[in-house]
Amino acid sequence: MSRREEGFMLRIEGLSKSFYLHEAGRSIRGCSSISLTVQAGEFVGITGRSGSGKSTILRSIYRTNLPQDGSILYRSAALGLLDLMKASEREILYLRRFEIGYISQFLNVLPRTTAYDTVVQSALEAVSEGDRAYAEQETERLLRHFELPESLWELYPLTFSGGEKLRLNIAAAMIKKPRLLLLDEPTASLDNASKRKVRELIERLKQGGCTMLGIFHDLEFMEGLCDREFNMQEGFIDG
Amino acid sequence: MSASKTTAPVTDTGALQTERPILSIESLSCSFGTGCPFCAKPEHELERNVCPRCGTVHALRDVSLEVYPGEIVGIVGESGSGKSTLMRCVSFDQQASSGAVRTALVDEGASNILACSPQQKRAIRNAFFGMVYQNPWLGLRMDFSSLSNIAEQMIAAGCRNVEQMRARGLSLLEKVNIPLSRATDPPRVFSGGMQQRVQIAKALSNNPPILLLDEVTTGLDLSVQATVLDLVLALRRDLDVSMLVVSHDLGVIRMLAQRSAVMLDGRIIERGLTDQILEDPQHRYTQQLVHSLL
Repeated sequence: MSRREEGFMLRIEGLSKSFYLHEAGRSIRGCSSISLTVQAGEFVGITGRSGSGKSTILRSIYRTNLPQDGSILYRSAALGLLDLMKASEREILYLRRFEIGYISQFLNVLPRTTAYDTVVQSALEAVSEGDRAYAEQETERLLRHFELPESLWELYPLTFSGGEKLRLNIAAAMIKKPRLLLLDEPTASLDNASKRKVRELIERLKQGGCTMLGIFHDLEFMEGLCDREFNMQEGFIDG
Repeated sequence: MSASKTTAPVTDTGALQTERPILSIESLSCSFGTGCPFCAKPEHELERNVCPRCGTVHALRDVSLEVYPGEIVGIVGESGSGKSTLMRCVSFDQQASSGAVRTALVDEGASNILACSPQQKRAIRNAFFGMVYQNPWLGLRMDFSSLSNIAEQMIAAGCRNVEQMRARGLSLLEKVNIPLSRATDPPRVFSGGMQQRVQIAKALSNNPPILLLDEVTTGLDLSVQATVLDLVLALRRDLDVSMLVVSHDLGVIRMLAQRSAVMLDGRIIERGLTDQILEDPQHRYTQQLVHSLL
């Protein structure tokens, strides 16, 4: 197990985000005045009604959304302590490549790239020396772990079922071994067997010291996995 | 799994903190017309990009942009927004009214290359820039063979070895999937997609570290578009080429560029990570653009 770092990994303070739509002439609320802290190596689950802004928090951390107020302090291994809301685009891209992973239920892969190459390329991105043999070996291990049939490896993921796409997504994100992993309902469309597979990998990542912030509708799935639960309405819930 | 690979490499950070853009565009402006005291003041409102008093077209207004090594930066915007003028100013095809362009490859970025002599500009363009125009007729000599087109580019950069030019030409045409049996055919007899790929091969002749791609896939059918886009991505991945990619097609930008800028009426109105621009567009025009896509 890696050295457990002192102090928080992520500290969000007073995060507010609304979406102004010029066409409609009004704002849609994302989240408002969210404060939460995640310790290094901890798994925090976010719960709350749909539309309460759970995903907005994750997307703000990942800079896919631009919040209006607050700060998102992140302790980077390479860049030190920085506010992700103020970090440069180049810094965010660096962190996305080496430190912060994001998994959603939507497939986001390059077209005309086989399932196998999708995962290999993801691995190569994070291994700066470009160790192809290692990337291929890890890719095979992960695809086998997720029981993605070998007959699909050389096909384009666009043709995959929802569950297969999702498992591929997760494999591509996890192979980079991020320090901080953002999980936006990664098990939403999976059957129970696949959910167990995802859970096994999350547990393994956690043992490896990965810090995680995740949204799950499936409370059963979170049980025993989450260190703390953050509710959008009530804040942190003990237990 | 080996333990040494489990942590993010820390070695790269020094590079990130000291990294410098390979191409910097600083406050570039370009106008067509005489200008007048009214439109000389940036605070005065124009009608889109035209001065209401003197009719001068302000094609570029105070545009600044950086491209870092190995990066693809996208520029989107409607036609007439100044995208191509920006490319043409950078490649010296069009004279800018004011502003500077620097590259780390010339005097380590100390000089404004727009102020160089015509000879120096030609040398810079031949050695460091590869241009691909939307219209292949601008980038190719249509009646010369494809191989001669590539050779011409290499001769301009000082190459005099025929065997070397031939070998380079054949390998480039192979890279862009032109059947070698047609290497000596003039591009005039090629399809649009093939012409575009020959143009890319020509642009690559001297291994330029910077590629300027202006609407390279516009007007091509979807399968050819895909081939060209895959080729562009492979160039970035395998050769670490830095690129400035102009397109009015958000799909193209989404696929190619991690960072993008949105242009309207000669100005950059929004810039950011491409996924952020697509999912959380700020400006009214960008929202319109994104909503037209989805």
